[in-house]
Amino acid sequence: MTASRTLTFHVFRHNPRDPDSVPGVRDYQVEEAPGMTLFIALTRIREEFDPGLSFDFVCRAGVCGSCAMLINGRPGLACRSLTGELPADISLFPLPGFELIADLSVNTGKWMRAMSERLQAWVHAAGEVNLNEIEIAMDPELAESIYELDRCIECGCCVAACGSAQMRPDFVGAVGLNKLARFRLDPRDDRSDAEYYQLIGDDSGIFGCMSLLGCQDVCPKELSLQTQIAFMRRAMARQGL
Amino acid sequence: MKILHSDVLVIGGGLAGQRLALAVKRRGLEPSILSLVPAKRSHSVAAQGGMQASLANCFKGEGDNEDVHFEDTVRGSDWGCDQRVARMFAHVAPKAIRELAAWGVAWNRVRAGEHEVVINGERVTLTEREAAHGLITARDFGGTRKWRTCYTSDGTGHAMLYTLSDRVIAESIPVLERQEALALIHDGQRCHGAVVRDLMSGELSAHLARATVIASGGYGRLYGISTNALINEGMGAALALETGVARLGNMEAVQFHPTAIVPAGILVTEGCRGDGGVLRDADGHRFMPDYEPEKKDLASRDVVSRRMAEHMRAGKGARSSYGEHLWLDITQLGAAHIDRNLREVKDICRYFLGIDPAKDFIPVRPTQHYSMGGVRTDHRGESPWLSGLFSCGEAACWDLHGFNRLGGNSVAETVVAGMLVGEYVADFCQSAHGDLEISTALARDFVLREQRHLEQLLTRPGGENAVSLRRRMEQIMTDKVGLFRNGPDLESAVAELAGLLARSEEIGVRGGLDANPELVLAYRLPRMLKVALTVAMGALNRAESRGAHFREDAPARNDRDWLNRTLACWYEGEALPTLEYEELEVSRMELPPGFRGYGAKNLIEHPDAASRQAEVDEMHAAKLDRHAAQSYLMSFKQFLPLKYRGRNERLDEPLP
Repeated sequence: MTASRTLTFHVFRHNPRDPDSVPGVRDYQVEEAPGMTLFIALTRIREEFDPGLSFDFVCRAGVCGSCAMLINGRPGLACRSLTGELPADISLFPLPGFELIADLSVNTGKWMRAMSERLQAWVHAAGEVNLNEIEIAMDPELAESIYELDRCIECGCCVAACGSAQMRPDFVGAVGLNKLARFRLDPRDDRSDAEYYQLIGDDSGIFGCMSLLGCQDVCPKELSLQTQIAFMRRAMARQGL
Repeated sequence: MKILHSDVLVIGGGLAGQRLALAVKRRGLEPSILSLVPAKRSHSVAAQGGMQASLANCFKGEGDNEDVHFEDTVRGSDWGCDQRVARMFAHVAPKAIRELAAWGVAWNRVRAGEHEVVINGERVTLTEREAAHGLITARDFGGTRKWRTCYTSDGTGHAMLYTLSDRVIAESIPVLERQEALALIHDGQRCHGAVVRDLMSGELSAHLARATVIASGGYGRLYGISTNALINEGMGAALALETGVARLGNMEAVQFHPTAIVPAGILVTEGCRGDGGVLRDADGHRFMPDYEPEKKDLASRDVVSRRMAEHMRAGKGARSSYGEHLWLDITQLGAAHIDRNLREVKDICRYFLGIDPAKDFIPVRPTQHYSMGGVRTDHRGESPWLSGLFSCGEAACWDLHGFNRLGGNSVAETVVAGMLVGEYVADFCQSAHGDLEISTALARDFVLREQRHLEQLLTRPGGENAVSLRRRMEQIMTDKVGLFRNGPDLESAVAELAGLLARSEEIGVRGGLDANPELVLAYRLPRMLKVALTVAMGALNRAESRGAHFREDAPARNDRDWLNRTLACWYEGEALPTLEYEELEVSRMELPPGFRGYGAKNLIEHPDAASRQAEVDEMHAAKLDRHAAQSYLMSFKQFLPLKYRGRNERLDEPLP
């Protein structure tokens, strides 16, 4: 093991509801420990130096999507980022594109709910099933392909890394487009391409994507966002003709 | 004062709370869900391995039905559960999974034909029926006699939570995110809602409702190392406890999962062992068959965890800078299986351990995982002591799990309880008692009480440090109220926790009343300590070993004296909670108490057990249709809502 390092964290501090708060960066020094994650480091900072520091960790295991932030400028999940893989100077900023709550805490939940409502991101099934009866069969490979796209954790990294989202606040992001790709693949969803076109057939939807592919680069679940967006664009372009 | 109103106030936005909200919405009521975090970030999302439901589709599930699921659950609980509730649950679980399948969960499906699996360290070929092709498949899990645990890879909780959350959005149910209930508003007999704090602005409001439902998960974070999310601090239990009226049930029943990674305490699913993985010691020896020749690595969690600790005590643990641990070996499953069915496990190993589980052993040890105890309710989910207060899911003790929960029964319970309790909540709201009758003065008193308390925290000199008190509580719970317990340690735990509770009244806060994590810890810590005291006192009083509660100074399961449920109440002005006990009636059990089939056979029998067993044997000897026999022994369908009473169809069991 290498000699222990002293890490310097440069952390964004601001409380937008406090009229006296001025956005700024505060530095904290922490002795690195083996296996240290940003979750461990930020918890230590809060406990030892700054009990008022706001950030969001829930599962601390990389599955709930709460703790996305800019880590040395790059969107990522803080809970599973090991300090050992970062330089001794670490800057932490809140995820851009979302309403700031305080410090490193942003309101991704509000954004995601609005996106889901706008895209009607749920299975649209014609009727209810009889729960006593054997379920409808589904091809095993198809079920696995749907789950593959269902693995999105709504962390917001793809929105933060998206050029279109930075320019168009109403852009639904790779998260939204991937969701519709997931429902389009699902035989339980009755919607036609014409209906999907109504939801995303414009510049705030599928045609707003500039194919910069920042989304795919930063997706913590390594979803095939580029492929999904390309498929959707082709299907929607066909509708538009 | 801000006053909000809903028909049903649901505290907690995980699987149980969201499914319950859907149930009441579909009955024409208006629910609101309060959630500390965006609902999709609830701890339900972390459930990996699967959901038990006796579908009997896959080859190793053939012959499964509600009877087998019921019996496995009762044995798993070490006879501590309410058998009526276990019956209701086993009956509705297939319906719950079929509903989720219709709503969008991409359950893994049966592939007809031959496939290779690993069973007991050997590669074997199984052949799946053509008729089952495309139906929901299942994997093996601990303490079950059939492969019953349905799954989506190892992201089952995620898939279920996203599907339910999407339905909640589809049905326009409001989720009030980053909102915390601080106190229940009640008059000693009837609950009328809660005082709610906005965690962003700090604003307090009174949220009034005809029915209030606690569905806020467990209390794992009382322990220093836990697989639980950071939000599982037992605040739902504390809300009920602080009424001074409602009771908590079996709080000492705390589960330790065998396989959390060292040191982070993050869970790797029981599906690892279900799919053929094994536990190994420092010498690479597979030790579980030495202790448990029958179930081996797949005995129930309480048993496997204790055997692991026993083996480490015998000097067989692997040493590391984070203390001793054992190894979980899934290398035999192969990279292709891991990439497809254990991908979260692979990610966790990669990001938190820097290893590849297809090649390397995973360092694991038993870690706090689940709270069997919770807000005591009847089979309808309502508190018998505070009308209008309901609870479901891990937060509740209705009581499905007794002293040990089987893997795969927790997410199953969340949705089943949401479906059932949701109907009973709707019935309550639509009954003569269901009207909201409350004076605004009572609501104002409760809000002002909380407001004054928070303001007082800011003006205290702050002689005590909340973080160090919390760390001490976690240490006490881990060391003295953990996997192995004994009288003297528990006595000192109760005394120390009571001391910490007194000191927690001296915590001061520097920041303001709005988004301020220091303030949050300051008001939650005394509540956590109260809940911790119910756990420690319950464990101290219960001088026997049952399920996950193991007393080294009383290692036998003592049905003669302790076949009962602990109830904890905290009367106003008292320094400690008061415990009382509720008997479990052997004469009404469908499965009378006996040996579980795994774990140590060390049992003091109940005087009525033999005669009840004779009655049950006589019934089985009559060779009646299984539904008729069941109904004679312990009829339960009348306790289910009408819509959920129908039989479950299976390939080998067509509907009548």
